[in-house]
Amino acid sequence: MADSEVLHAEHRLEYPYARSTGPVIGAFLTALRDGRFVGATGTDGRVIVPPTEYDPLTGDDVGELVEVGPGGVIESWAWVSEPLRKHPLQTPFAWALVRLDGADTALLHAVAAGGPDELSTGARVTAKFRDEGERIGSMADLESFVLEGGAS
Amino acid sequence: MSDGAAGQDPVTMLATPIGLDFEFTPGVAQSKFLRGLSRGEFLGQRCDTCGKVYVPSRGTCPTDGVPTTEDVLLGNSGTVTTFCVVNVPFAGQSIEIPYICAQILLDGANLSFMGLIQEIPTDQIRMGMRVEAVWVDESELVPSLASVRYFRPNGEPDAAYETYEEYL
Repeated sequence: MADSEVLHAEHRLEYPYARSTGPVIGAFLTALRDGRFVGATGTDGRVIVPPTEYDPLTGDDVGELVEVGPGGVIESWAWVSEPLRKHPLQTPFAWALVRLDGADTALLHAVAAGGPDELSTGARVTAKFRDEGERIGSMADLESFVLEGGAS
Repeated sequence: MSDGAAGQDPVTMLATPIGLDFEFTPGVAQSKFLRGLSRGEFLGQRCDTCGKVYVPSRGTCPTDGVPTTEDVLLGNSGTVTTFCVVNVPFAGQSIEIPYICAQILLDGANLSFMGLIQEIPTDQIRMGMRVEAVWVDESELVPSLASVRYFRPNGEPDAAYETYEEYL
């Protein structure tokens, strides 16, 4: 190696945290592993997705968990033309707030589409889960949302 | 609620690693040190003002704030100044526990660095112990501390406390 060559090295600093989910997030993740969504019922009857352990308005425990989705509506979105390595999709996609059918709050996730021209606020999307054997009880079990009717 | 398909237990834990990938460029002084390692040598630098020898050198003297320009080739032996015995397993661990992690002051240096001590029972490590570097095979030398497999006792009598008390 010539002394004029600039040395460089790839480093990774990583903390391998694990966290306990608690009963509500745990149920949400368990449902994702099953290829389903559940939300939590707030004290005013609103359905919160992703569920929180406590009602964000009153601080009370949330009530019954109810199934929502798998379809929903885009509430807002932003196009990502150059995905980063850790993004959920490696082709251009949209980050979107999706309000699932039966839910009163929106969930942030990726929407796969051929281009920003295909997307609009109010567009119908549906969940595309990973195959059953690949789902581990993680947000990544949801690969992305796709436009309903398969426009992409 | 379903307890999950196929009789799986409900999810109770979630892996959430936090990581940072980065590219390190060592600069002029550390590059000299690293290239020394790829030749099986410890290379330090001396401060013209205070005369102290730093290994690895950062290219400046932290006391005097002047560039360190004189390269100094150090020997293969040194003295254990302090140490700890690692008994606790942790994620990413590559060495079998228990093992000894020590600060080593190379002969002729005025700065200690951390090294692994092997070839000695962990209850026999002590301050002042004289040790030597064991390098990887010549064909495996790289510009990294991975070239130093570990340090081991070199058989010399312990160094007197006064010789390293300044470095604790």
